[in-house]
Amino acid sequence: MSNHLKNITLRIWRQAGPAAKGNFETHVVDEITDEASFLEMLDILNDKLVTEGKEAVVFDHDCREGICGTCSLMIDGQAHGPQRGTATCQLHMRQFKSNDTITIEPWRASAFPIIKDLMVDRSAFDRIIESGGYITADTGGAPDANLIPISKIVADAAMDSAACIGCGACVAACPNGAANLFTGAKIAHLSRLPQGQAERYSRVEAMVETMDEKFGSCTNHGECEAACPKEISIDVIALMNKDFRKAKFANRKDLARK
Amino acid sequence: MTLTDELFAKNTVKLDSKIPDGPVADKWDNYKENMKLVNPNNKRKFKVIVVGTGLAGASAAATLAELGYQVDAFTFHDSARRAHSIAAQGGINGAKNYKGDGDSVHRLFYDTVKGGDFRAREANVHRLAQVSVDIIDQMVAQGVPFAREYGGLLDNRSFGGAQVSRTFYARGQTGQQLLLGAYQQFSRQVGLGGISLYNRSELIDIVVIDGRASGIVVRDLVTGEISSHAAHAVVLATGGYGNAFFLSTNAMACNVTAAWRAHRKGALFANPCYTQIHPTCIPQSDDSQSKLTLMSESLRNDGRVWVPTNPDETRQARDIPEEERDYYLERLYPSFGNLAPRDISSRAAKRLVDKGQGVGPKKNGVYLDFSEAIERLGHDVVQERYGNLFEMYERIAGENPYETPMRIYPASHYTMGGLWVDYELQTNIPGLYAAGEANFSDHGANRLGASALMQGLSDGYFVLPYTIGNGLAPLLGKSMPGIDHPEFKAAEEAARERFNAYLAINGTKSPDYFHRELGKIIWDYCGMERTEEGLKKALELLPALYQEFKTDLRVTGDGDNMNQTLEKAGRVDDFFQLGMLMCRDALDRNESCGGHFRSEYQTDDGEALRDDENYCHVAAWQWGGDPMTPNLNVEPLEFEAVHLATRSYK
Repeated sequence: MSNHLKNITLRIWRQAGPAAKGNFETHVVDEITDEASFLEMLDILNDKLVTEGKEAVVFDHDCREGICGTCSLMIDGQAHGPQRGTATCQLHMRQFKSNDTITIEPWRASAFPIIKDLMVDRSAFDRIIESGGYITADTGGAPDANLIPISKIVADAAMDSAACIGCGACVAACPNGAANLFTGAKIAHLSRLPQGQAERYSRVEAMVETMDEKFGSCTNHGECEAACPKEISIDVIALMNKDFRKAKFANRKDLARK
Repeated sequence: MTLTDELFAKNTVKLDSKIPDGPVADKWDNYKENMKLVNPNNKRKFKVIVVGTGLAGASAAATLAELGYQVDAFTFHDSARRAHSIAAQGGINGAKNYKGDGDSVHRLFYDTVKGGDFRAREANVHRLAQVSVDIIDQMVAQGVPFAREYGGLLDNRSFGGAQVSRTFYARGQTGQQLLLGAYQQFSRQVGLGGISLYNRSELIDIVVIDGRASGIVVRDLVTGEISSHAAHAVVLATGGYGNAFFLSTNAMACNVTAAWRAHRKGALFANPCYTQIHPTCIPQSDDSQSKLTLMSESLRNDGRVWVPTNPDETRQARDIPEEERDYYLERLYPSFGNLAPRDISSRAAKRLVDKGQGVGPKKNGVYLDFSEAIERLGHDVVQERYGNLFEMYERIAGENPYETPMRIYPASHYTMGGLWVDYELQTNIPGLYAAGEANFSDHGANRLGASALMQGLSDGYFVLPYTIGNGLAPLLGKSMPGIDHPEFKAAEEAARERFNAYLAINGTKSPDYFHRELGKIIWDYCGMERTEEGLKKALELLPALYQEFKTDLRVTGDGDNMNQTLEKAGRVDDFFQLGMLMCRDALDRNESCGGHFRSEYQTDDGEALRDDENYCHVAAWQWGGDPMTPNLNVEPLEFEAVHLATRSYK
């Protein structure tokens, strides 16, 4: 069932620190089973580098199940590589063939400074959530969970947006380095739910303003949706824009009364 | 070193579990009525350190900050949202009885005690079942998009070890949605200044001054800088140690370091041999594999587990006729069938694979078949329920589970053992608390499905905020040691020396090499089935390999910037020491219970044979100066509300 790929050339971005000048380094993987994941291939390479006394390639990764959002590689110019709806850690070598040359780079966006090699700092995402990406409900005072029925359609739609893993592929794929898909996904998740209505307009205002401080502007390229490993629709951006406009133009006291 | 009883210096520490008075159902209420409180204006005078931002850590930090305490939160991830709670798939239990199928707090309590093979502390488990209902309310209020019925009410499904439907879920991503809920609540407090967040910071040591936990020493993973942080209380919510097996369903960075460093500073480590091997994971495909992937237990609601009766079977699964299939869980455990608990299902699979009836290219799996469910429910309903899991399987295994059955095999998944804590979740070191998977408290010798999320959130939301207050109240107005105290300086210096030492060995093998070899030993001798002979062998192999680690390790790069090889070296070092304790604990427990199965102790039909007379206790180990010479302490378990019985799922 398994096949072996031979002679894979890797061009990997190496950069000693945030201010250092980076460059591509070439490594050849002589043979690898197509059952291996892309990151396992990097593990094997790193093990070899360490054994030879060289520094391992630094890259972010953790759950390897496509859910934690830690992994972040630009593979041949595509965020998370060639397979649609797939995070790098779920990409397997069966997507490649013998004699391929694969270029591996970090996310490139001014809001995500490079820490080392392929690892970037995505804490700007956390700042967006801290500014309003929540429903205020202190522990202890919640009413019975079945008190507010939520239509299955609404709950499912909220879940579709809530599936975002915060990996940053949308920002890396965007020619402007915009974070509208990430921010829109959280806004769509919370604003669709009855529990999220009380803070609906203050939330969108705070989050969009934080986003604008740190990231580029959206010009509707749609690259974010194509790169998203969870296939989140850019409809969430439209919803965010609509709510943001409402929040800005209307008197918020009036909105609360509607 | 020979293994003799003299090594076990019994009961060197006085264990007080602080179980409140009264009948089990009233204990938590009694505790809350009698606990000491800290006035809202005084809470800000106390600082609490929370290490780890998974379900237990994030919910504890958020709640403590909401109450007014100053919270410093630490995670080694880049963001608090990445903790491995996020990967839990199937669901969270809550005794809501929304289905009207006979569920109650008492039934969840009983199922959990029985599921844990009567090796958990009754009082803790009852409290867990009591607050389970509040967790569901709290998470819905946070905006967690749980699955709903068409009428808008919450949907439930069933999980292993239960005969009611009490599991709430958000597709196959329940852990993700719960963690994001807690993370958002946590982030709100970061934004408001209630929590100071330290990301990419790994705990290296706990500082104990005059017998009380006074703070921690951390290493900034980006700069390599070692720094101290003082507090009135320290919470470790740092997860389990399943990665000791190397191959597991844990995330790559999951490690035991925080709990282990606390252990070395005097905290007792309880029941390290209680590890859970989850029955439904994708089998290993090749030797270079670095991790295994779980397929949610919820799949066993509709999937049927089977192997071909003929070990030499070569046909495709769909070509094998019904009469030549062994639906062994349905055959052996008719009343629970495919939803038999995890330890039991795992062992059944192992036995058939060992007998040569395994399936797949390496004959290392069993089938999990949905063809009957697809026929009964239709493709669309199956897709609605399990679509994302099926996709995940196809991506990894390269086969379409709508057409061919999944292949699954057990893998290390969760660890019931952990830091010993009392009823207040406080370790035997005053001021040091452990929550979530990092403690040993609620699951006995086997955890039931959908109970890990419940316990993490119970500890963080509804237990620690009360018990920490009770512990802090008497400290009001007393001065605490700051980070200029010599103990902090000494701990920092020891941490620096430790990391410099890894760099200085300059041997020939990477930390990964040692982790893989170490994991193999633990899996082979302290995995699904253990024997006295095997464990003794492991206790010879492990120190020898550890010696090699200390003399032939190679860590490249340096210590003053991002160096993942160096991080790994520290974690593997601690796994070695823990591995020896796991084997020692397994050797000392001359019975089988839950996830701890000693081949010598089984019934005629191969089920676990407990020895309640001699082993109805918690084994809490004290660091003895060397990983091979721990001291055993025993906390007897007393059962008042449930009757000690042989666990049967037949």
